[in-house]
Amino acid sequence: MTVLNKRSILKIAAISIVAAAALVACGKKEEAKPAAPAAKAEPLKVAFAYVGPVGDGGWTFAHDNARKEVEKQFGDKIVTSFVEKVPESADAERVFRDLASQGNKVIFGTTFGYMDPMLKVAADNKEIKFEHATGYKTADNMRTYDSRTYEGAYMAGVIAGKMTKTNTLGVVASIPIPEVIRNINTFTLGAQSVNPKVKTKVVWINEWFNPPKETEAATSLINGGADVLMQNTDSSAVLQTAEKMGKRAFGWDSDMTAYGPKAHLGSAVINWGPYYIKAVGEALEGKWATGQSWWGVKEGAIDMVSVAADVPEDTKKKVDEIKAGLKDGSFSIWKGPIVGQDGKEVLAKDVVADDKFLGGIKFYVKGVEGKVPN
Amino acid sequence: MLKLELRPQASNFWRYGSPLLALVITVALGIGLFVLLGKDPLRGLQMFFWEPVKSAYALGELMVKATPLLVIALGLAVCYRSNVWNIGAEGQFVIGAVAAGGVALLADKETGRWIVLAVILAGVAGGMFWAAITAWLKDKFHANEILVSLMLVYVADMVLGYLVYGPWKDPAGYNFPQTKTFETVTQIPRLMSGSRMSVGLIIALLGVAAVWIFLFRTRAGFAQQVGGLAPAASRYAGFSSRKALWLALLVSGGAAGLAGALEVAGPLGQLTPYVPSGYGFAAIIVAYVGRLHPIGMVFSAVLMSMFYIGGELAQSRMGLPKSITGVFQGLLLFSLLACDTLMTYRLRWQSRSV
Amino acid sequence: MESYALLIAATLNAGTVLAIAALGLLINEKAGIVNLGAEGMMLCAAIAGFAAVVHTGSDVMGFLAGMTAGAVLATVFGLLVIYLGTNQYATGLALSLFGVGFSAFVGIGYVQEKLPQRPAFEIPFLADIPLVGAAFFKQHPLVYGVIAFVFGLMWFFYKTRSGLVLRSVGESPESAHALGYSVRRIRLYAVIAGGALCGLSGAYISVAYTPLWVEGMVAGKGWIALALTTFATWRPARILLGAYLFGGVTMLQFHLQGLGVQVPSQWLSALPYIATIVVLALISRNPAWIRINMPASLGKPFQPSS
Repeated sequence: MTVLNKRSILKIAAISIVAAAALVACGKKEEAKPAAPAAKAEPLKVAFAYVGPVGDGGWTFAHDNARKEVEKQFGDKIVTSFVEKVPESADAERVFRDLASQGNKVIFGTTFGYMDPMLKVAADNKEIKFEHATGYKTADNMRTYDSRTYEGAYMAGVIAGKMTKTNTLGVVASIPIPEVIRNINTFTLGAQSVNPKVKTKVVWINEWFNPPKETEAATSLINGGADVLMQNTDSSAVLQTAEKMGKRAFGWDSDMTAYGPKAHLGSAVINWGPYYIKAVGEALEGKWATGQSWWGVKEGAIDMVSVAADVPEDTKKKVDEIKAGLKDGSFSIWKGPIVGQDGKEVLAKDVVADDKFLGGIKFYVKGVEGKVPN
Repeated sequence: MLKLELRPQASNFWRYGSPLLALVITVALGIGLFVLLGKDPLRGLQMFFWEPVKSAYALGELMVKATPLLVIALGLAVCYRSNVWNIGAEGQFVIGAVAAGGVALLADKETGRWIVLAVILAGVAGGMFWAAITAWLKDKFHANEILVSLMLVYVADMVLGYLVYGPWKDPAGYNFPQTKTFETVTQIPRLMSGSRMSVGLIIALLGVAAVWIFLFRTRAGFAQQVGGLAPAASRYAGFSSRKALWLALLVSGGAAGLAGALEVAGPLGQLTPYVPSGYGFAAIIVAYVGRLHPIGMVFSAVLMSMFYIGGELAQSRMGLPKSITGVFQGLLLFSLLACDTLMTYRLRWQSRSV
Repeated sequence: MESYALLIAATLNAGTVLAIAALGLLINEKAGIVNLGAEGMMLCAAIAGFAAVVHTGSDVMGFLAGMTAGAVLATVFGLLVIYLGTNQYATGLALSLFGVGFSAFVGIGYVQEKLPQRPAFEIPFLADIPLVGAAFFKQHPLVYGVIAFVFGLMWFFYKTRSGLVLRSVGESPESAHALGYSVRRIRLYAVIAGGALCGLSGAYISVAYTPLWVEGMVAGKGWIALALTTFATWRPARILLGAYLFGGVTMLQFHLQGLGVQVPSQWLSALPYIATIVVLALISRNPAWIRINMPASLGKPFQPSS
């Protein structure tokens, strides 16, 4: 009988540990070799922090596509990298500090929850430029950017108003912040512009990304009579549910046609490309300055794409007209008279809402059912 | 074939050797994983074992991550040694954070530094309260503490969610579900500028000493553990198992609540829906890998933190997926559990003769 | 009225997911083993099932792949717990953590994949009955399958010899061992069967319920299934009813929102867990009740003394 000898095990263990340590140390020495002197200027290092997985087909997917556009645009003048699924918690600060220590000169944070961590890291790294999406705090080396998703919601509303047969629309909503409430309102306004009888039902799931819950919310809306759905969440589950149940829906953030070919009416996409190219370009040319940007159709950041073939021609034309109007400034979505749920006017006739008004919307317009949570 | 043979006495060698062997196995499997993914395994190992310790800043971050794990694990060790299986440390952590946050929110610009103490005590009290529910249900109703404490984790998450989406939401926060950032005066004091290490680390180390003394040098600690190891004998000796139950749960609940307070009044600085970060569950692994021994848990807390931070770095520097951290942690625990068998059993080759 | 019929249909669907997993856990708990790794097994099965359908186009392959994944993980768990005597709770937790990470890891390439068009099921004739048809007769076959399985399981536990042996292993492994039954082998079978069912539930989630793959998509249903087994006091029929109850809570939440009722969603979400605690307290209070309901050796390791 062979017995595993205590001594032999001890020997093996000790040798393995020593060997592992030696290998690691050797590896480390390789890293410490100095970089060869560059023949031309060092490429600018640009980093992106994402809150979700790159493959979510929605929010993060759109950001990553834009990152690839930036790479194409600037070629070997820049080097990009990304970190995905960075939680909006205390860990985020560590990730941003690490990105800063890795020599990145421009760092993008793509969700609201990174605001305070980025601010702290920005304060300690004054030569690095920080770009924060959907936030509101800035610093000399940190600025915010956002997209006018409500413009996409409006165009979706126009199509929805025409395509609904039950005059009931549904929205799967995430978190009750002004941006989302504004999108629900704008969707309804767009639908009402072609079909005044339309009503909108809303279900809040209190998360940005939870496909099973999004599915259940969509099912609940359809069960309640909605036959055209919109979402403000990050996955394709709502569209897929509509496909399964024979209703229509819109893609959100990215082109989601492939996820529900029969149900898909159009996708309200965000194209972060133009802004990212501008931001990186400014950093490369030393023209970067702080501020707050809010881009829409005019700047090429928002679009309604892949409109379904069975949408009537006159509706498609109307959507194109809206796009043109937004581009040249002749058309405003939030222009009075606009009435709240209680029937009182929130925007007088011919008054155009300014960004401050839009940024603080906490009410529902007439036609939206239910109450704004809290 | 391989047979397991009961040892006459638990092997002392394997008591220390088993965690080491488990680590070696995990590392070996990890190397295999890196190679499978087409990544340089040495660089991968570097991310996990060298980068997190190579600079003062990195060590500081390591301590920031390890402190809550260690604090919770200390409490769990007392609990598990008493044969009380508190799986709900995560929930106690959250309620501790909620209580601490609640006190922190009371502060304004005029409040003095004493509020830090109040915040910490509130955290401990919150965690104790949550664990007391489990203790009471077990004491009065004989309800299984594993299931009850686990269910309470989810209830705790809901309590946090309710507060943060509702009554405690920051009125100036654009309706985002989060409380306002706590006044600076409530911040747990840092140990040194330039690092996020806080007084929590000192508290943790003091806790290590305290738990060690309690478990191994006091009569009460002895009584506590005997209840766990040999309930009948302990009853015979007059040790109260009821007292042991309550003490175990209150200590582990208080520890978890303390960790929650340190996190929330420390690196986080506010209450958000993301407070539950899995520390309560990870601490269970830390407690196990540390052999439920205070000194051992210091090492295992550091090791687990290296896995966390290494996983982050492996992602941002090598493009490895984030899920690798969970895989490593799970593998470590599996290997440890398997290797632990070697403490009580001997492996023998037996020929198929008789 | 129509919307209530649809609410019932959605509840049946949601409950099926939980019921399948909980019934699997019931099998191993009846034999005395608690497997806290349900969440991990379900996630690995979900990605296995999804991947199988992506590559073969067949739902059946997907379900089989899920069951296999669950069974394999359960076997590892069983060998560790039953034969090496490792702590059940720690091992189950390790399985959970590992399963969550491993499934995310393996599933990376599948996040953007979609499955071929999902078939819509309905029972001919019955599905056309107004209201009732929509509520009950347009479901995936597994919804009906799990109901049949419940009856089968009840028959197995209470009317067959093997079921009796399984239960006795759970009640008193020493006696069963003395009678000559291989306690460890029976427990291992129970654990593997339980794993296979958890796997089936996981595959159902990614193949039929929400046909896509995203990491963590099981979203705690494994833990709810564990609670459910206890809540239902280890009886198959009660598990089914409890599953519909728990599964219905989310749908109810959204339904109430749609009606304009403003209950903080967190209270509704917490209900299943609070209910479980209450039931646990009630049944555990009376030692006689516990003896009747809970398998006596649940969670305790067994080593044959020979």
